[in-house]
Amino acid sequence: MAISNLTKTYPGVVANDSVSMELRAGEVHALLGENGAGKSTLVKMIYGLVKPDSGSMKFQGQSFTPANPHTARQAGVAMVFQHFSLFDAMSVAENIALGMENPPPMRDLSDQIKAVSETYGLPLQPDHIVGDLSAGERQRVEIIRCLLQDPKLLIMDEPTSVLTPQEVGVLFETLRKLTAQGVGILYISHKLDEIRELCQHATVLRRGQNVGSCVPSETSAREMAEMMVGSSFQTPERSRHALGDVVLKIDKLSAPSPNEFGTPLREISLELHAGEILGIGGVAGNGQDELLAALSGEMRTVADAVVFEGEVIGRLAPAARRKMGLLTAPEERLGHAAAPDMSLTENALLTGAERENLTSRGFLKWGAAQKFAQSVIESFDVRTPGTETAARALSGGNLQKFVIGREVLQRPKVLVVNQPTWGVDAAAAAAIRQALLDLATEGVAILCISQDLDELIEISDHFAALNEGRLSDIRETESLNMEQIGLMMGGAHGMEVAHVEA
Amino acid sequence: MLRLEKRAQPSKQWAALAPVLAVLITMVVGGGLFALLGKNPFEVIRTIFWDPLFGEFAFYYRPQLLIKAGPLILIAIGLSLGFRAGIWNIGAEGQYIIGALCGAGVALTFYPLDAWFLFPMMILAGALGGWAWAMIPALLKVRFGTNEILVSLMLVYVAEKLLAAMALGPMRNPEGHGFPGSRNLQQYESAHNAELFTGSGLHWGGITALLAVICAYILLNRHILGFNIRLLGQAPRAARFAGVNPNRLTVFCLGISGALAGLAGMYEISGPSGQVSIDFNVGYGFTAIIVAFLGRLHPVGILLAGLLMALTYIGGEIAQSNMNLPAAAIQMFQGMMLFFLLAVDLMANYRLRLTRAEVS
Repeated sequence: MAISNLTKTYPGVVANDSVSMELRAGEVHALLGENGAGKSTLVKMIYGLVKPDSGSMKFQGQSFTPANPHTARQAGVAMVFQHFSLFDAMSVAENIALGMENPPPMRDLSDQIKAVSETYGLPLQPDHIVGDLSAGERQRVEIIRCLLQDPKLLIMDEPTSVLTPQEVGVLFETLRKLTAQGVGILYISHKLDEIRELCQHATVLRRGQNVGSCVPSETSAREMAEMMVGSSFQTPERSRHALGDVVLKIDKLSAPSPNEFGTPLREISLELHAGEILGIGGVAGNGQDELLAALSGEMRTVADAVVFEGEVIGRLAPAARRKMGLLTAPEERLGHAAAPDMSLTENALLTGAERENLTSRGFLKWGAAQKFAQSVIESFDVRTPGTETAARALSGGNLQKFVIGREVLQRPKVLVVNQPTWGVDAAAAAAIRQALLDLATEGVAILCISQDLDELIEISDHFAALNEGRLSDIRETESLNMEQIGLMMGGAHGMEVAHVEA
Repeated sequence: MLRLEKRAQPSKQWAALAPVLAVLITMVVGGGLFALLGKNPFEVIRTIFWDPLFGEFAFYYRPQLLIKAGPLILIAIGLSLGFRAGIWNIGAEGQYIIGALCGAGVALTFYPLDAWFLFPMMILAGALGGWAWAMIPALLKVRFGTNEILVSLMLVYVAEKLLAAMALGPMRNPEGHGFPGSRNLQQYESAHNAELFTGSGLHWGGITALLAVICAYILLNRHILGFNIRLLGQAPRAARFAGVNPNRLTVFCLGISGALAGLAGMYEISGPSGQVSIDFNVGYGFTAIIVAFLGRLHPVGILLAGLLMALTYIGGEIAQSNMNLPAAAIQMFQGMMLFFLLAVDLMANYRLRLTRAEVS
C-alpha cells in the first residue's frame, strides 16, 4: 500500500495536507497523532468512505481509488471501527453474515467462524447472542467478520480502548499471526506503549501533515508524544503529601440504574480522604455512569449510603451537593456536562451558579458569569474565539478542559470526574491530569473514574475496579502490576475468561 | 447536487432575516396561488396586508387588530415557555374556555352587584380556571408519566362540552326567552371589559399581553428559572446534571400557560364576545401555537407574530367577503407563512453547499 500526496479539505480545515506514507505487507504500521490530526480522515479515504480532493493511492502495485467501502472491501481492505456496529439481539453468526458481501449459508458460516476463531486464537461461539458478550468478545466478532473476507490490509481504529489488559494480550497474538501470513495492518492508537510493543513502523500526523516516521521499538514514548504534539510538554508531577480525614464515604450503596440498559450498583463501599486521588478502573458499562450519577445527585439513593463530611446526602439534589463542595464532571461532554447549543458563559452558569454566586435572588448576573467563564478559559488554556461561542463549536479536548476547569476553579472539597481525558490530545490530557494532581496537593479529595489504566496508575494513590456494578477491594496503586489490575477489572468473571483463553 | 451542511455556530444574520424572508416568500408563492384561482395577486396581497391598516374602512378594522392579537399573544407567551422546555401544551383552547367560564361564572353569580372589585375577582377566577385545567395534564404527567400532548388536547373537547352545557343550562340568561347563551356582560357595567380608549380596540387583555411579553422576556433572559427552562429544552441530561427538577418545571410551565390562556378567555368573554355561548371559542388556543413558533418562542417575536397573524386573519376575512376567495385559500396562505419560516429558519443552523454528484 502506498499513499502519495493525499489532500482532503473540509470547510475551514485542511484535514489532510499532502500526506504520503507506505505500508508493507506483513507489518503492523502505527498511525499516530493527536485528536483532529487527520488520522480518521486518512483511513476513511483508504476505506472508501471519503473521497480525497487530490493525490493518489496504490494498493498491491495497482492504482486504488475506492468509491465506497464496498469496492474497498472487494479489493481486500477491511476495517474494525472504534465503535462497534453490531446488533445486540442477533447471534454472532447472524451479525457476521450481515456485514459480508456474499454470506454463505448459515451452517457453513458457523463452521468457518469456528475455523477462523481457532486458527487465530479468538474464542467465540457463533450461536451466542451479541447482547450477552463483553466488549472484548464483541470486538472479536468484528475482527472475524473482517478475517472471513480474507483481507490484505486490516485497519484498526483504537482497538484496545475497551479491553482489559488480558484481552489486549489475546488481540496482539492474533495480530501477530495475521502479519506472519502477510497481512498488512494499519493500527491507530493513542497508547504509545502498545505501539512500541506491537508496531514495526509508525507514521506521525500533526495538523493534517505527515511530520515524520519512526521505528517505535527504538523510540521512547516521550519522543513519540513530542512528535505528535510538536513541542515538549510536562509530564504531570505528583507531590508526596499526607492524606487528611475522610471527606466522602460511600456505605453499601446499592441502586438500580436509572436507564434501561444501565448497570445497577451493588453494595459499593469506599472512603475518600482529603488530598487523596482514588482511581476507579473498569471497562465501560460496568456502573461508571451510575456511580457518578449517585454522587452528583442525579440519581437519589438511600440517604445514609452517601456521607459527605459527616452529613448524609444520599437524598440531596445536585445543587445542594454542589453548595456543600461535592462537584462532579461527567464523561459525556456534549449534552451532559455541557449544553451543546448554549454559549460558554451559559455553560459556566450551568454548574457555577451556586458556588460562584452567579445569581442574586434568582436573577442572573451575566457579567459575573462571563467573568467566570473567561477565567476558566484563561486558566485552562481553552482555545475558543470567546465566551459567547457555542459549546458544540469547541473541539473535544478544549471543551473537556473547559468542563474540568469549570469544576476545579470552584474550589471543590471533593471532585468526582469520569473519563477526564477521554478523546483528549496528549498535551491537554497532561494539563488536565496536572490540574487534578495540584488539586489533590491542596487537600481536595478526588475520585477519578477512568478506562485509561495508564492515567490511573500515573495519578492515583489508590486503585479499585468496577465490575458489573461491584467495586473491587481498594489497593494501593504502587503495589499493583498490570496483571493484578486486569484481574481486578475482570472480577471473578474475568478469571473465568482468562482461564478459557489460557 | 445541493447538500445541507451544519454550521459550527448558528448564524445571527439568518436568524434575524428569516421572518422577513418567510413573509416575502409567502407573498410570492401565495400570490401565485391566488393567480391560479383567477384573482389578481397584487390586489389580494394588498387586501390582506394593506387594507386593514390603511384602506378605506381601516377605522373599523384597526381596532380589530388589537382585539384579535391580544389573546393570541397572551396565550402564545404562555405556550412558548413550555415549548422551550420541551413541554407541549396543545390544549390552550380548553384552558381558554374554562378561564372564560370561571370569569363569567363569577360575574353571573354576583349579578347585578355593582362593585369595583368584581372585575379583579373575575380576572383571578379566569386565571385560576385555566391554571386548574392545565394542572390535570401536568399532574398526570408527573405522577403517572402520561403524555401531556394527548391529555391536554383531549381536555379541549371536554371543555367544549362543558361550555355547551353551561350555555344551555346553569348560565343561560333567565330573561333570554329560552334562547341559549348567558346574559351579555357588555351590558353589565361592573363586569364589562370595555375598550380603554375609544376606537383603539385595546382592552385590559391587551395590557396584560404586553405585561406578559415583558415578564417572559425578563424571565427567559435574566432569571435562573428561565435559564433552567431553556436548559431543560435544549439538553435534558445536562439540565438534570445542573440540578433542574423536570417535574417542577412541568408543573410550572403548564400552570403558567394554562393561567394565561384562562386570562385570555376571561378577557374575551367579558369584552368582545360578551356572552357564554356554544360557539364562543374560535380557535385562538390553536392559532397561538402557530404564533408561538412564528415568533420562534421569543417574547418580542411572539408580539410581532401575534400582530401579523391577526392582520392576516382580518385581511383574510376582507379578501373572502370582498373578492370571493375561498376560506381554504386564506388558511393555506397562513399555513404557508409558518412553513416557510421553518424552512428559512433551517438556514440559521445549516448552509447550502453545491457539490458535484459523487460516483456511486
